[in-house]
Amino acid sequence: MSSVAVSALEPGIAPDRSPGKKVSSKTGMKSLNRLVRQPILLITVLSVFVLLFIFVVLPMFNVIKIAFSDENGFTWDYLIKGLSKPVYQRTFLRSIILGVIVAFTSTAVGYLFAFATTRTEMKGKKFFNIMATLPIISPPFVVSLSIIFLFGRQGLITRGLLGIKDANVYGLPGLVVVQTMSFFPVAYMTLRGILMSLDDSVEDAAFSMGASRGRIFRTVTLPLTMPGIISALLLVFIQSMEDFSNPAVIGGGFSTLSVDAYRIINGMNDMNMGCMLAIMLLAPTVCAYLLQKYWMRKKSFVTVSGKPTQARRKLHEKHIVYPLFAGCCFFTGVIILLYGTVLMGAFVQTWGVNYVLTLKHFSYVLTLGAGVIKNSVILAAVAAPIGGFLGMVIAYLTVRQRFPGRRLMEIASMLMFAIPGIVSCIGYVATFNTKPLLLTGTAVILVATFTFRNIPVAIESGTSTLLQIDTSIDEAATISGAGTWYSFRTITLPMLRNAFLSGLTYSFVRAMTAVSAVILLISPHWNLATTKVFALFEASQFSDAAAYVVIMIVIILAAMGIINLLVNLLLKPRAKAPSAEAVEAALQAQGSSK
Amino acid sequence: MTTTDTIAAVKTTSTPSATSKTAGTVGSLKDFSSQSSGVRLVDITKVFPTPEGTGETIAVNNVNLDVEDGELVTLLGPSGCGKTTTLRMVSGFEYPSAGHIYIGNRDVANVPPNKRGIAMVFQSYALFPHMSIWENVAYGLRTRKLPKEEVIARTDKVLKLMDIAQYQRRFPNQLSGGQQQRVALARAVVIEPAVLLFDEPLSNLDAKLRERMRDELRSLQQRLGITSIYVTHDQAEAMAISDRVVIMKDGNLVQAGSPEDIYEYPTSTFVANFIGKANFVTATFVRKDGPAAIVRVPGEDVELVIPKPGKIEFKEGARCCLAFRPEHVALSRSGQGFPGQVTRATYFGDMVEYVVETKTASLTIEVNNPQISERFAVGDMVHAALDMDCVRLLADDAPVVE
Repeated sequence: MSSVAVSALEPGIAPDRSPGKKVSSKTGMKSLNRLVRQPILLITVLSVFVLLFIFVVLPMFNVIKIAFSDENGFTWDYLIKGLSKPVYQRTFLRSIILGVIVAFTSTAVGYLFAFATTRTEMKGKKFFNIMATLPIISPPFVVSLSIIFLFGRQGLITRGLLGIKDANVYGLPGLVVVQTMSFFPVAYMTLRGILMSLDDSVEDAAFSMGASRGRIFRTVTLPLTMPGIISALLLVFIQSMEDFSNPAVIGGGFSTLSVDAYRIINGMNDMNMGCMLAIMLLAPTVCAYLLQKYWMRKKSFVTVSGKPTQARRKLHEKHIVYPLFAGCCFFTGVIILLYGTVLMGAFVQTWGVNYVLTLKHFSYVLTLGAGVIKNSVILAAVAAPIGGFLGMVIAYLTVRQRFPGRRLMEIASMLMFAIPGIVSCIGYVATFNTKPLLLTGTAVILVATFTFRNIPVAIESGTSTLLQIDTSIDEAATISGAGTWYSFRTITLPMLRNAFLSGLTYSFVRAMTAVSAVILLISPHWNLATTKVFALFEASQFSDAAAYVVIMIVIILAAMGIINLLVNLLLKPRAKAPSAEAVEAALQAQGSSK
Repeated sequence: MTTTDTIAAVKTTSTPSATSKTAGTVGSLKDFSSQSSGVRLVDITKVFPTPEGTGETIAVNNVNLDVEDGELVTLLGPSGCGKTTTLRMVSGFEYPSAGHIYIGNRDVANVPPNKRGIAMVFQSYALFPHMSIWENVAYGLRTRKLPKEEVIARTDKVLKLMDIAQYQRRFPNQLSGGQQQRVALARAVVIEPAVLLFDEPLSNLDAKLRERMRDELRSLQQRLGITSIYVTHDQAEAMAISDRVVIMKDGNLVQAGSPEDIYEYPTSTFVANFIGKANFVTATFVRKDGPAAIVRVPGEDVELVIPKPGKIEFKEGARCCLAFRPEHVALSRSGQGFPGQVTRATYFGDMVEYVVETKTASLTIEVNNPQISERFAVGDMVHAALDMDCVRLLADDAPVVE
């Protein structure tokens, strides 16, 4: 009966463990062969590579090429200039100093909010959470604008309340405040994630051994959240370094790399030096990005132990909660003040002189600026789904498929995250102003820049979602007969719904609010709202700028609602099954056909 | 082929009971095995690169296996023995480094998993969380672009067969573990697969439900008659559901046979120890006496006659190993057998397990029904008498005693 051929197997004799000489893990089906067998997959992989090459790798390569060449070819001149000329040295140093200061202040504020909302039993935690994430979706210039409104020459506080005649808000202190209020949400989000995944039973364990709350914080909580803190510091540092809009309008004499690179190219027409400054900016941000990746990889020693079995009583001692609460209230108050000021600034006649309410700024914006707002919305609306979808595709390819160059695709697609907007902008200018890639002045170049600058976030959220989904779900689809595309469409994409939604929203918001990445790419035909606001700043038309910003906030909020609605409507799972009649009819049809 | 005839006979005899249960609405259960076919693995080897990328490990080493049409074969072994890799090669998710796989008479080396016409039940069930139960079950039919009526009719048939038709509008997370298990099975069966693969499908269920689902699964497989390959590390599960058990260790196929065969005639100390418990006593082979073997246990001054030693041949004077089960030993205070001392007694309710130290070995002995049989205490001097009919002779390769 037994038809099993037992090979190489005499009982008690150790079987020969070495297979035939030709056999190795390389023989059999190779990943390349597998790819060739699935033409759709192959085409997708190749097109993604081509797109990433043209829109990510090539621009960066050109920045480096231009920085190291002049009419006669290769040269070190610009590097030497950049490193030795005091003006560039000072700019470089200032950028770094600003980045470091803001990294620490933002992380401190972010930690306060993150700790208060995750670790204590405080009232209003949800409210604080919303307030601390709000600045992420806000257009640029908001904080700068209200700081000028409040503390500028015509400032409500400086002039109106304190009577100071020539208050100077421009420079390092103003920048630190503005950037801290703009970027602490980045630190907050990072730290909140870390603090939430921290199992509070370790703190309880320390408490039960007699440690005081302060001691627990110093010896347990703080060390365990250290990777998060360092990660937050680095992320904010990158944000501060690459920030263009705030230093451009409120830096005054305090020059930073991103602004100087722009001014050198735009004002002095010196592309080579501009590229060199871009590289001087790129180097620290890329280093910080790589360091951050390294730190987050080590975060695994955070005690993640799934869901706690029971809700624990969190910190509730008054002497701890009250100061934290006061701190949160203070910063929330500042945020409300900042946004309120802008809102008010958009409605008053002349700030600092005449506070009579008026709609004239809005009518100004809507008559003269309707076109640019429309441009911004259209381009963002085109770029967001492309970016969201491409992000899901790349996440799927890099997580779920095996093909040569997979790691390369992963790196290239995430690269843009570490590249400051002005650097990618310069790269695009350098790459797309000659044939065959002549795109300057078109809408395509703007859509491309939005798409590729914003996919990293879509990819990141898609990847983390996919990593949580058991591979066997994909395998179940495959074994049921589904090909790669069918399985992606029916299984992967619907399950990536939330990741797709956040990718879509993020892409839209970022496209609406981008400044530095597009500042050199706009053309008279395709001007954008953000660059228009920048121009109004230069002309000191602050109230008109405020009206723009208010309209943009309204559009962003409306768009978020619409995207949410659309994705829910289109992709929300519904429990489907045929009706009893349909089943009956089908059974009859089958019966008669047999 | 006489084997196919017998299988066909089995199928026809098994269907009436099934049709009588689900008569009328469902139609013939034979439909489900219409595509069923045998599976043949020829010299299958799988080599993986080590995680460090420095070398290679052999996950499956030159395995040959022939699964007949309609048969349920279990791949059993400790974790890391290569059983799952073997299954995944049949499914097509892994490609063998060497060797051939035939489904029916077709070499499937160049057939991707979605074209193999096979189905798989996953350890985690892998139900599509965003689809209703109906959509989950119909998925395989819809990928095949079948006409709508056929999809509806066939899905309906399986939903009723599995007794989950009333849940068809629910999502997987709204079902219990056992119901999810049935959905997973329904989704696999509905495509009328050539082979049904099971990757430890019951390991996520609690003990009681696991036993029930095990019996349900077995009876279903017998009624439908679809060729099945079943991977598990649970030897009781393997014994309970299999036509044939294949035991693997370190990538090698160690022994294959019916559950009785494997339990009663293990060919190695590994198998004897892995399936159930076993005692091993080192001995010297004296001579053959017809079918029986005569051995001498060092230290015990007797020659033992073993009537059914098994198939392994020994030279005279060679070292060998007596293997016997804990239930094959009788304990008494005086009388026959090896003298020894009780060093541990564990009460389990249905039996008492004793550990008895003899001059040469430490024996595990089970005495059933302790309420009526004699009890011994730690320290008692006893005699352990073997039931010689149940003793086998194996190569002495120092089994690992846990």
